[in-house]
Amino acid sequence: MLNTQPNLQACDDFYEALIAAHQGLSTPESHAMNARLVLLLANHIGDQATLQHALQLARGSAVPTADRRSTPAITPVVPTHAVAA
Amino acid sequence: MNPRDIPREAFHAGGAEVQAIDFGYVRSPDQDRATPAHHPIVVIGAGPVGLSLAIDLAQRGQRVVVLDNDHKLSIGSRAICFAKRTLEIWDRLGVGQRMVDKGVSWNLGKVFLKDEQLYEFNLLPEEGHERPAFINLQQYYAEAYLVERALQLPGIDIRWHNKVTAVESRADGALLSIDTPEGAYQMDAQWLVACDGARSPTRQMLGLESKGRIFQDRFLIADVKLADEANFPTERWFWFDPPFHPNQSVLLHRQPDNVWRIDFQLGWDADPEEEKKPENIIPRVKALLGADAQFELDWASVYTFACLRMDQFVHGRVVFAGDSAHGVSPFGARGANSGVQDAENLAWKLDWVLQGRASPALVGTYGPEREYAADENLCNSTRATDFITPKSEVSRLFRDAALHLAREHAFARRIVNSGRLSVPATLHQSPLNTPDTDHFAGTQVPGAVLLDAPLTKQGQPTWLLRELGPDFTLLVFGPAPAWAHGLPGVKVLQIGIDVIDHQTLAAQRLDALPRTVYLVRPDQHVCARWRTPTEVAVCSALARATASAV
Repeated sequence: MLNTQPNLQACDDFYEALIAAHQGLSTPESHAMNARLVLLLANHIGDQATLQHALQLARGSAVPTADRRSTPAITPVVPTHAVAA
Repeated sequence: MNPRDIPREAFHAGGAEVQAIDFGYVRSPDQDRATPAHHPIVVIGAGPVGLSLAIDLAQRGQRVVVLDNDHKLSIGSRAICFAKRTLEIWDRLGVGQRMVDKGVSWNLGKVFLKDEQLYEFNLLPEEGHERPAFINLQQYYAEAYLVERALQLPGIDIRWHNKVTAVESRADGALLSIDTPEGAYQMDAQWLVACDGARSPTRQMLGLESKGRIFQDRFLIADVKLADEANFPTERWFWFDPPFHPNQSVLLHRQPDNVWRIDFQLGWDADPEEEKKPENIIPRVKALLGADAQFELDWASVYTFACLRMDQFVHGRVVFAGDSAHGVSPFGARGANSGVQDAENLAWKLDWVLQGRASPALVGTYGPEREYAADENLCNSTRATDFITPKSEVSRLFRDAALHLAREHAFARRIVNSGRLSVPATLHQSPLNTPDTDHFAGTQVPGAVLLDAPLTKQGQPTWLLRELGPDFTLLVFGPAPAWAHGLPGVKVLQIGIDVIDHQTLAAQRLDALPRTVYLVRPDQHVCARWRTPTEVAVCSALARATASAV
């Protein structure tokens, strides 16, 4: 279970540091940095159930599961192996 | 030429000669009958899956008819990576050593970002297995060795130039209509197995579907034969965004005959007809190998792929195996390898049912077991594909973040996915498993393929998998209880008596103590294990593993 009670040692310091870390970055660079930050923090947490809970809270609704079978029937496309001319 | 008259050397020749073998049409007496001939097992498709199935069944004493609409082996190298488990199955079928002798063995993979190595992985990090993690071998060689083996077995009747044009499924079998160069004929099959590939005409004739996801990307395979020994070691090399092919991925893999498979991601907008032209392929290859590299283009193909599977693999007396039942992306070598495992799962079950040793319900269990395995393969193959070819902005963002972090941080290297390579599925949910009642550590749970281990027998080296029986094996650490020798059709293998576990690797891998017993299926999967079993417990597990009433 994800801890959502206040847990930051220095809440305002962290928030300031987070904003400061993005200074001078373009929006795409900031998005890329955030993605790296998510992966770094996720690895630190490690526990899958806790991470699932965080994904759910962050999205604000149920997170869609990666259901590979739910897609409707489609025309199969298969490898087309043709010998080079 | 009559296939049985093809000289043995033809199957051992070089790639061009092997691909040129032409299996002649031979008229079958079935074609002169007034009523359709009746056959216990008919297999459609003489590819790696259909041939493996036919050989396994014939070795068990069954008669099998194999129908193939073509008269050649695979054109082009196609499935080149054959996994340890496939080799172990082919060992049982008498062709493993030939495949390994011709193939290129490898265990090591390297992943690069731009021109920098991110990490390497060893797929078989421990000693004490007879077979390597993988061999690379052109599909036409694998098929040639399987056909040669099949032709040695009198129980197998391969009919080339026999195209199935209609399938009528019945409660007790299927009626097939077949076209030949000399006209049409019909036959009755008690069991029909469709190993007829991703486009499976059988599946279409029965109005069945294979469903899933198409991936909007195109890839170019270029097999190039180098003039000199290349400077690349026998490893799997995968690049993300290499300088010689920016913004896409490239895979480099060695095959026998100094042929190298290069797989270039092209993107969805690439024109397959243009990309197939040698004048467009050669500059791509030179960008990788160097401008002055001397090579010949051996084979090329532009392909797309989909991850698909049928809802059910068993439809009455019609069974689907291999690509006809499930299709995966190539990243992970999970196509042909999972198909050969389908074949081995099905062969003993069909044999038991046809011998009257089990009810058709046993063949029914092929469905859930191999559908479960297909889902695992599809899951791994889909995840790798999503990583290699991200299909949304945010997917690309996280992919690039993982690659960026992987340069410095070990955890991110684990996230980088260039293909999770084929390992056999552990059939955790199988109804044929007897759940553990005793405590065991390690991976050898009921449903797992038994791990190999080096042994000695009368002073000579041997391997655990080679010592298993053709049917069930009761593996006993120490002397077996007297009742064990009376179990019908069960080989009793006493570790420490019949064979010696001189490196104690079998005991370690199976977490065995004195008197520990494993019950192993004909397809070498563990189905039950105990610290000290009773006769009743073993008999009950045997009944469960053959879908018989307990």
